[in-house]
Amino acid sequence: METKIDGERTHSIKLPSAVEVFANLKNAQKFAIDIGLSLTKIAYYSTISYRKALYEDAGLGNSGERAYKVHEGNRLHFVKFETRYIENCLDFVKQNLVDVERFHGKNIKVTGGGAYKYNGLLQEKLGLIVDKEDEIACLIKGCNFLLKNISCEAFEFERQGNPEYKFQKAGPNIFPYMLVNIGSGVSVLKVESDKVFERVGGTATGGGTFWGLGCLLTKKKGFDELLQLAERGDHRNVDMLVKDIYGGDYSSQGLCGDLIASSFGKVTYYSGEGKPKFSEADLARSLLLTVSNDIGQIASLYATMHKMNKVYFCGYFLRNHPLSMHTISCSIKYWSNGKVKPLFLRHEGYVGAIGAFLYGAGQSDECSWLENYAGSSGFKESISTNLGIKVDQLEIDQAETAVTFCPLLKDPATYNPDTTDLAEDKEARDYWLQCFEESVDKFVARAIHSQPHSPTAKDRATKLKEKYINRLHYLHLQPFAYGTLTVRVLLDTIEHCMKEFDFPDPYLHQKKKENEEALTYLKSRITTLDKLEGAEKIKALILGVLSGNMFDWGAQAVADLMETTDFGFAEAQAKIPGRPWLQDNLDDWIERLKTGPPHKCAAIFVDNSGVDIVLGILPFARDLLQRGTKVILCANSMPALNDVTYPELVVTLRDAAKICKVIRHALKENRLIAMETAQAGPCLDLSRLNLDLCLAMVKHKVDLIVLEGMGRTLHTNLHAKMTCECLKLAVIKNRWLALRLGGDMYAVICKYEPPPTKTKICDVKIKMKEECPSECMESATDVCTCDVKE
Amino acid sequence: MTRKSTMSPQTYKNHVTTKAMTSNGYNSTETPIKESKNHSSPCELFKSMPWFGMDIGGTLSKLVYFEPKDITRDEADAEVETLKNIRRYLTKNSAYGKTGHRDTHLQMDNVCIRGRRGTLHFIRFPTSEMGNFLALARSKGMANLVTTVCATGGGAYKFEKNFKQEVNMNLAKFDELDSLIRGMFYIETTNPHECYYWSYPTDDSKCQKVPYDFSEPYPFLLVNIGSGVSILTVYGPENYKRISGTSLGGGTFLGLCCLLTGCNTFEEAIELATGGDNTKVDKLVKDIYGGDYGPFGLPGDLVASSFGQMNSKDRRNAVNKEDLARATLVTITNNIGSIARMCAVNEKIERVVFVGNFLRVNPISMKLLAYAMDYWSKGTMKALFLEHEGYFGAVGCLLQFKGETN
Repeated sequence: METKIDGERTHSIKLPSAVEVFANLKNAQKFAIDIGLSLTKIAYYSTISYRKALYEDAGLGNSGERAYKVHEGNRLHFVKFETRYIENCLDFVKQNLVDVERFHGKNIKVTGGGAYKYNGLLQEKLGLIVDKEDEIACLIKGCNFLLKNISCEAFEFERQGNPEYKFQKAGPNIFPYMLVNIGSGVSVLKVESDKVFERVGGTATGGGTFWGLGCLLTKKKGFDELLQLAERGDHRNVDMLVKDIYGGDYSSQGLCGDLIASSFGKVTYYSGEGKPKFSEADLARSLLLTVSNDIGQIASLYATMHKMNKVYFCGYFLRNHPLSMHTISCSIKYWSNGKVKPLFLRHEGYVGAIGAFLYGAGQSDECSWLENYAGSSGFKESISTNLGIKVDQLEIDQAETAVTFCPLLKDPATYNPDTTDLAEDKEARDYWLQCFEESVDKFVARAIHSQPHSPTAKDRATKLKEKYINRLHYLHLQPFAYGTLTVRVLLDTIEHCMKEFDFPDPYLHQKKKENEEALTYLKSRITTLDKLEGAEKIKALILGVLSGNMFDWGAQAVADLMETTDFGFAEAQAKIPGRPWLQDNLDDWIERLKTGPPHKCAAIFVDNSGVDIVLGILPFARDLLQRGTKVILCANSMPALNDVTYPELVVTLRDAAKICKVIRHALKENRLIAMETAQAGPCLDLSRLNLDLCLAMVKHKVDLIVLEGMGRTLHTNLHAKMTCECLKLAVIKNRWLALRLGGDMYAVICKYEPPPTKTKICDVKIKMKEECPSECMESATDVCTCDVKE
Repeated sequence: MTRKSTMSPQTYKNHVTTKAMTSNGYNSTETPIKESKNHSSPCELFKSMPWFGMDIGGTLSKLVYFEPKDITRDEADAEVETLKNIRRYLTKNSAYGKTGHRDTHLQMDNVCIRGRRGTLHFIRFPTSEMGNFLALARSKGMANLVTTVCATGGGAYKFEKNFKQEVNMNLAKFDELDSLIRGMFYIETTNPHECYYWSYPTDDSKCQKVPYDFSEPYPFLLVNIGSGVSILTVYGPENYKRISGTSLGGGTFLGLCCLLTGCNTFEEAIELATGGDNTKVDKLVKDIYGGDYGPFGLPGDLVASSFGQMNSKDRRNAVNKEDLARATLVTITNNIGSIARMCAVNEKIERVVFVGNFLRVNPISMKLLAYAMDYWSKGTMKALFLEHEGYFGAVGCLLQFKGETN
């Protein structure tokens, strides 16, 4: 995608087609390829240019043009297709690469069983020198990358369970684990760290056995055909079950009658009796179960041998096929008595290619990455392309800043940002998918409106809408396609699509206008508040934040009000219901401020532009500053709806400083700090927080976290537990959700959570530091031994 | 006749652990005779004859028959004609009907059971022929003779009704694994050449059976390969546990072979396999990597994927029945070997004893198992085999017979 300054050379913007294969080939760099027996995966790295709307200069261009700055981002592309199309694909790549010659003599990392066979072809087509990378090393590198970076990458599978898929969070602590690669044969790998791993064993009974025997036993010759055939069969016509031998259970050994005693053991029953009583489908199913059960058992034995409790599976045999995953899962759980957890990967097909690419790239290990929902196909979703073949795609964007877990999360390992798993909750899923589908027209209209002078805006917006609606429909059928389905993912997808179709910040003007307008009321708002004292003032400040939070263009009902009426701060205040609120800890909060010592530092995660930030949050922050508390205002790095972004926050603070002395001094003395969260959506994932912000939170000893708005306190983090005090404030501007939570439209969440009561050990710890004799401090790690001695 | 217990578990234990009888041939010990004298006279016992032990498996039924050789004149006079006929029929023939066989090479002469001296005969027939077996038994007048037969295996439960209805026989049912272990110890202690291993399993010119002294057996892993596979840890005659198993067993081999080659019997399948070459069917490490897989020390001629070449049409056209049979045999055998080896490692056991009828007339599998155990354990593990591979359940069952006729 090419991007230029709008209004100048707009006509030259090339439209991304709705389904584009091998996107961004023009500026592709560094290829890697994993040539498997049946599937080939091409990986490449591209820099993508995208526009960021410039806030400060917005509206300053002639005739209302807005100014943009072109940014470069890095993206990893993965395209998966059947190996028999490898020549077509390489031709396509060759035709679309700009300046093919630049690759001549360069290396391409190649892995997979076909690496040897297609050596010449790669050299001929792209002039690249094949640099073969060890298959197993690639698998492990790729697997580590996915587990660390891609949220909901790994999952447990239970057929007909609720939910069928149980996803794991991404995180840095992934070792040790066992990786079982089921290709033609099976390799069992023990992985202890990025660098330490070994092949501990394997078995020859693998995907090749299923495929090869399947071809011999049935008329089907394709791997997928065989899988489909197996889906229809009944193995009980072919396999000898325990009950075929015993007439029932073999109870003294605890073997249930339905257990398979001998795979294919019934075949000989019919020899000499003429017509067999089983079908090809029965044979295929028996074969699939035989192979899957066997692999599960062997994996479980290796896991036991090496004392591992997590086993990840990858390789072409699985292809996220439910029956195989189910059988392997059952087998592992059965043989390990539930001690070993079988896990599968959403992107198992790409593991080798990712690894090969990373070996060639080198630098990518240190950055944070994010799955691009707009450019990636969901799993089990092949897409037809302009090339005439079916492919699967995965796009991963490099985060501009490094991210990590919020340091104040009570238990990062179990932290789950999302309040509702829509995959589990059908009612909620149906509602939200419908709700987002209905609201898409509003987003699209806003997007077109934001680029009045672009001749392509309408076209792009139409494609955006088509893509988003298709996605919603697809998620309706396959709620697990992108991991756990949540409101956060649905909102993020909108932002990914907006960026993809070059609508960098549709609400930019609106935000600027509202910020500037709100600033004109700031002085009088402060004056009003300063007339109050004590509990009254604290209450008024909270009410102010809540009223400000009404101004949310993402909420349909409020957006309508703002479009059709003269909806101002006073009107918003009037909508806030009387107390007690749906969740009402206001008195506790007042009590805390009145009786407790001032907080050292508060981190406030802000929501909307305009009234919200200026008349709600700023006076609230000002009050904290006056109490002697430092304040870090944390804003999104990238635009999302009318949420205030970090660059906008900086400008707004600068302007507010001209109006308010307290803010001015605090900014100057670095007691009021604006920071970016590295987030790009209306929700907040505290497991992917800007590293610098996390460091600042530690440095300034943050002891109060304030989360504001529906996205940050309701769709996400409602149940998040912190190690410090936490104040969650939101107005529920969605009737369905309000009713579901037991309230009504505009119900208020005012949730104040004191830090978890200190446990005994913590008390001892404090005592240890302050009172213990030094010899104890030297030796003790987490428990003071003085008490023991006494 | 009243219930006569000739061999309590306690005396049985003494019996099997006494190693006095390891001198020559099939000679047995005097010990059980002395002990049994206290309980019942040989004459009384005689009335409970014929003595059978039966193990009705998923595919094969195993029948062990004790032929008394110490019949006194009085006994002979008293013996009913039917019993004589049955004895004659069983001992003078080595084939019964179309599918029943007596394994004459396994016959054990001059053995002592419950104080009687005689010969053990080993007979087998496909479980699918149970109907014919019962008809034959009926035609030989069995229904008029005994009312109780000792049986084990799943079929003891499944066919209990048929036995009662068709030949008026009650089945005294014994646990399969219990019988297996008892039978195994009895035969192993009675026959000094019972246990052996294969030396140089990969070198046909040097490879041979070598007797193994199994006098200090514990602990060992017992892998019973019938239609399916059971894996037991054995720490003592009464101290054992089924720890694992797999459904890929003899039944899988035969089933797949029948489907792939059109053969009908185990013997045919083994014969086909003997003349085949699995490397035309399987994908070897060198087929993928051009040689050894260096980074992880996998030799080039190791099977990487069983049947891994059969997804290619050309390859399918280039293999014959023999190759397919061989590949099936190698696949099943290696898989059992690999599971058994890991179980042994997890249980910290070094000796693995393979039994079961899958190993009958099947040196290919035995040598493969012997090689696999040795290679993958770097010489720390040993695969052991027993001559009466598939009959221990039936023998154990016969031993547990308490002599009652009602």
